Amino acid sequence: MKVLNPNLEQALIAVIEQGLPLVPRPYADLALQIGCSEQEVIDGLQTLKNRGDIKRFGVVVRHRKLGYRANGMVVWNVPDEDVKRLGHCIGQYSFVTLCYRRPRQLPEWGYNLFTMVHGRNKQEVEEKTQLLVEQCGLDDINHEILFSSRCFKQRGARYISNNPLADIKISPPSSKK
Amino acid sequence: MNSIVPETTESNFSELEKHLLNDFQHDLPLTENPFSDIARKLGSDEETVINTLKSLKDRGVISRVGPVFRANRIGVSTLAAMAVPEAELVQVAEKISDYAEVNHNYERLHHFNLWFVVTARDDAHLEQVLLEMEKNCGYAVMSLPMLEDYFIDLGFDLKWT
Repeated sequence: MKVLNPNLEQALIAVIEQGLPLVPRPYADLALQIGCSEQEVIDGLQTLKNRGDIKRFGVVVRHRKLGYRANGMVVWNVPDEDVKRLGHCIGQYSFVTLCYRRPRQLPEWGYNLFTMVHGRNKQEVEEKTQLLVEQCGLDDINHEILFSSRCFKQRGARYISNNPLADIKISPPSSKK
Repeated sequence: MNSIVPETTESNFSELEKHLLNDFQHDLPLTENPFSDIARKLGSDEETVINTLKSLKDRGVISRVGPVFRANRIGVSTLAAMAVPEAELVQVAEKISDYAEVNHNYERLHHFNLWFVVTARDDAHLEQVLLEMEKNCGYAVMSLPMLEDYFIDLGFDLKWT
């Protein structure tokens, strides 16, 4: 697998995390911002995808705006020895959009498996959760559905753009002295 | 500043919009002219595809055309929760949303009623932001960082009805 120049990688992530410019040659546009070639941008993104750092690359939809207004965070208290198996079972369903193991914070928080289930309404989320209970054998597992009500903020994560490192530009080879 | 993301819903999408929304959530072409390649697949033209994506973005239907990074592969993040008295919730939520490090910030119907995702470049930065939030808002932050990911993100299958 190709190894990315770490400076190019940082710069690429900084310019791409807000999304592609919607212009005919978006990768050339990013290359200009970074100071590298269009091909380096394309190869760099391919490498990030191959490495699994980019999970997917494409149109990122807002569920709520599309009518999937009920979003339930379903939290489960799963015995530690079963969490991997049950997590993989839950994670395979297309209506599930996240499935993470997280730490319990006892005494106030006893759940260790977190699942996001989207539906057009509350009832749909409850039905899908019930389906998970039946399909993955979760009858004896305590769970709660935390429905979202107000959304105060939703956008892509910014890991680097608020980092001064993001301003580092890569000098094209021709300008090296 | 409006502190709540508008809640209007759209359902009347053109065929081109439906295809753009459903078929290109992953594997956007990594080619010189990706929108032209998409247009060819959909029997449209590059300019129409670009303008349609711009319009979907302006209307808030899509947040971007770009990457979804695997959690904790680039920088660090955590899911955080606060239990805030109802009367103060909007005010506290606004304070939390003001942080550049916060991307998602939701009210949920639970004793812990404010849930938000904090991203940072490293653990020290994350820790510092969480401490600042506690001081700034006056409530404890419960931090639940991801330990393991069981989900392969294949995008979200939109079932048009």
